[in-house]
Amino acid sequence: MIEKRSLVIIGAGPAGLAAAVKAKKAGIKDVLLIDRDIQLGGILKQCIHNGFGLHVFKEELTGPEFALRYIREIEELKVEYKLNTMVISVDKNKRITTVNPDDGLIVYEARSIILAMGCRERPRGALRIPGTNPSGIFSAGTAQRFVNIEGMKPGKTALILGSGDIGLIMARRLTLEGMKVRAVCEIMPHPGGLTRNIVQCLEDFNIPLKLSTTVIAIHGKRRIEGVTIAQVDDSFKPVKGTEKYIECDMLLLSVGLIPENELAEEAGVELDPVTGGARVNQYLETNIDGIYACGNVLHVHDLVDYVAIEAEKAAKSAVRKIKGKTRKIKKRIELITGNGIRYTVPQFIDVTDKEEKIKIYFRSTSIMESIKINAICKDEIIFSKKLKRVAPAEMEYIIISTDDIRGRKMIIEARAK
Amino acid sequence: MEKANIKYDIAIIGAGVVGGLVARSLSAYDARICIIDKHIDMAMGASGANSGIVHAGYDATPGSMKAKFNIEGTAMMPGICRLLGVSYKNSGSLVLAFNSEDEKQLQKLYENGIAGGVKGMKLLSKETVLKMEPLLNPKITKALHAPTAGVVSPYKLNIAAIENAVVNGTEFLRETQVLGITGNKGDFTLSTNKGDIFAAVVINCAGIYADDIAKMAGDGFFTLTPRKGEYLLFDRSEGGLVENVVFQPPSEKGKGVLVMTTVDGNILIGPDANIVESKEDSQTHADSLDYVYKTAIKTCSGLNLKKVITSFAGLRATPDTGDFIIGESKKIPGFFNVAGIESPGLSSAPAIGEYVAEIVSGSLGGLAKKENFKPGLDTHEFFRDMDLNEKENIMQDNPDYGMIVCRCENVTKAEVLDSIRRPAGARTVDGVKRRTRAGMGRCQGGFCLPAVVEILSKELGIEKEEVQKGDSGSNILVERNRP
Repeated sequence: MIEKRSLVIIGAGPAGLAAAVKAKKAGIKDVLLIDRDIQLGGILKQCIHNGFGLHVFKEELTGPEFALRYIREIEELKVEYKLNTMVISVDKNKRITTVNPDDGLIVYEARSIILAMGCRERPRGALRIPGTNPSGIFSAGTAQRFVNIEGMKPGKTALILGSGDIGLIMARRLTLEGMKVRAVCEIMPHPGGLTRNIVQCLEDFNIPLKLSTTVIAIHGKRRIEGVTIAQVDDSFKPVKGTEKYIECDMLLLSVGLIPENELAEEAGVELDPVTGGARVNQYLETNIDGIYACGNVLHVHDLVDYVAIEAEKAAKSAVRKIKGKTRKIKKRIELITGNGIRYTVPQFIDVTDKEEKIKIYFRSTSIMESIKINAICKDEIIFSKKLKRVAPAEMEYIIISTDDIRGRKMIIEARAK
Repeated sequence: MEKANIKYDIAIIGAGVVGGLVARSLSAYDARICIIDKHIDMAMGASGANSGIVHAGYDATPGSMKAKFNIEGTAMMPGICRLLGVSYKNSGSLVLAFNSEDEKQLQKLYENGIAGGVKGMKLLSKETVLKMEPLLNPKITKALHAPTAGVVSPYKLNIAAIENAVVNGTEFLRETQVLGITGNKGDFTLSTNKGDIFAAVVINCAGIYADDIAKMAGDGFFTLTPRKGEYLLFDRSEGGLVENVVFQPPSEKGKGVLVMTTVDGNILIGPDANIVESKEDSQTHADSLDYVYKTAIKTCSGLNLKKVITSFAGLRATPDTGDFIIGESKKIPGFFNVAGIESPGLSSAPAIGEYVAEIVSGSLGGLAKKENFKPGLDTHEFFRDMDLNEKENIMQDNPDYGMIVCRCENVTKAEVLDSIRRPAGARTVDGVKRRTRAGMGRCQGGFCLPAVVEILSKELGIEKEEVQKGDSGSNILVERNRP
């Protein structure tokens, strides 16, 4: 069966929900929101801790509460959504093939698509941690699902590898549920998650954070019995003599999120090898006309609020395209990451015939203090902003006017003041 | 113990791929057969952790059992896989040479193969090889091409063989560990953790433990040394880097590190070879994995470490006799050894199965063939391999096909249920994984694990915290948050 829609949004987590609400409000009648889960809300459903919504709703909400704000609007606005529905392919002509147990197979032909599939967690295998292959090794999000949704303990004593936000949140969550967290180990010399989570999830519960430390072996034949940890040198190689055996029956991995872009790749969307997400312009449009990306499938965000804000931007762009109101593009500017910059979003700017203020998000490669962020065109600094501190865990932005941009390249760099 | 009074004609110890194919061949005969394993599932030893190559057969010394069974088994493989619904791919293999020393080795392998009767081999020039496999290291000088080589999923062949044996009346006794063997032909008693098992003949297919089992029976004339091989498996996105199974020149350590695309489309590299102390040692090591990677990139520089999804180790059962040990014990009549089946064991297994079935039948006075023997299995094509029409039709018949449980490998709820409900079906998370590929993809079960645990718990009628990853004691969950 083939059906047509103006806008199809893939993924009903925070990005998909916010985009759907925005697009419907902007007058697109046939918005379709698709999700593989049996409920709307994506990963927010299992994020029962607070700290969500401070920017968007100016109050502190839990994950499910944050989702519910949007879900109510979805219901009130009568946005069409399909649950329990898996998208099995997307092509460059914006045909989306879906399956679900009630309808079987449906192919949607969309005028625009917003990719909002979120990300997955890096598994143990990707780290090549040597040792045995017992049960009791979980990615932090899977453990979170077991504890918060299924009401089950995945173990009694944990070691957490990786200080990403989910790992930190889970350290507190396991402790509150009566499990013991021996330590959080982080291979980098700085934490991976937000400072507020280091304080509220580890320090407040006396959970040690071991920086420049990693797991070098997993022990136990059937259920995990322990791990060997060791300090690492500047090139992340274990330092001989620092090995330590830690007894635990659970190893949680919070070692990075990978945008879930297999569908996008299949459609021919070009990815940024650093973010793992699509390469987009300032309208969050990919290299394929009418396919947009937002949220964690585009790049991994610190806060769900930023995801929602980005999703609204993607929705606005898609609506403009559907209504035929896009402006003529004069030239394309490639953004180049210079000294100290890990990535930028957007990766390129499409300059139209009108002056436009462009918000460029970026992450730094390391913690730096008292710096200037420069934008350079044709060897000339066209913009500079002073920042007290940048850290890889915290996303920053600068705003540049298209009228100031010269040539077809712009370098973004961080320099000491 | 419920089986206490049953006397079997034939008891097979070990449910690896060799035991499985012996059981399948024997199940064509009119006899009461059981296949016993100490693990909760089949394919829990080397059969679940090897390269999955169907070797052409040029390595083994002509006249050896290895050479005979390899060449026969490889010829049987496509047919048996078709019957059992197991994917097999006739990929061909290449052995690369990087200098004139290597070329001499290739020449030797070539001559060895010709003497053994391997068909279609050719020594190819660098240009021809690079045309065949454009992504190989351009520094190669020559290669030996063997078109009869192939790839197969070793554990799927193992599982299907035992399922087929069970369909034909064989009993699969799980979590049954043989602790002692007494008696003689016609009157063996196997004492196990689940009580005594009586059998007229016993077939020892106990893999790396086959020397211990032979000793238990009173004829410990050989010793097996565990030689570990470690592997790295890459995401299916990397598949297609090579078409052939590509070997480097063999060394004293074995056939050398290979680069291949598995029958499921992943790139696999490995193995190394190191003798280990313990037969239970399946640990991987940073040094070994580094060695495997550094060696494999000499074959193919395009291997991207960021795309590794898992690593694993398997143990070769290397016999001190230098060849497979197959046949009736001289000391204990009625006790048959099928031991020391290291590489090319998987390739040889179908032929070993047929041969052992014949000699065992002969020893029991010539068993009659079953009239209603079913040589094949009723299997479905996997959902992910169906075209859109087939997908639509099967979802109409069974809506569970519309429920995707594992998103990386597109495994449906219907297939997970089927893997549990089939004869000799899955009892564990790993059992479901090996049968359906749920959890074998790039997220390594991060997404599907909760769903698989739930389905297993419902189907087996057990609590979620009782669901095991593999053998007893490997539970995924510990207890409820609030009891």
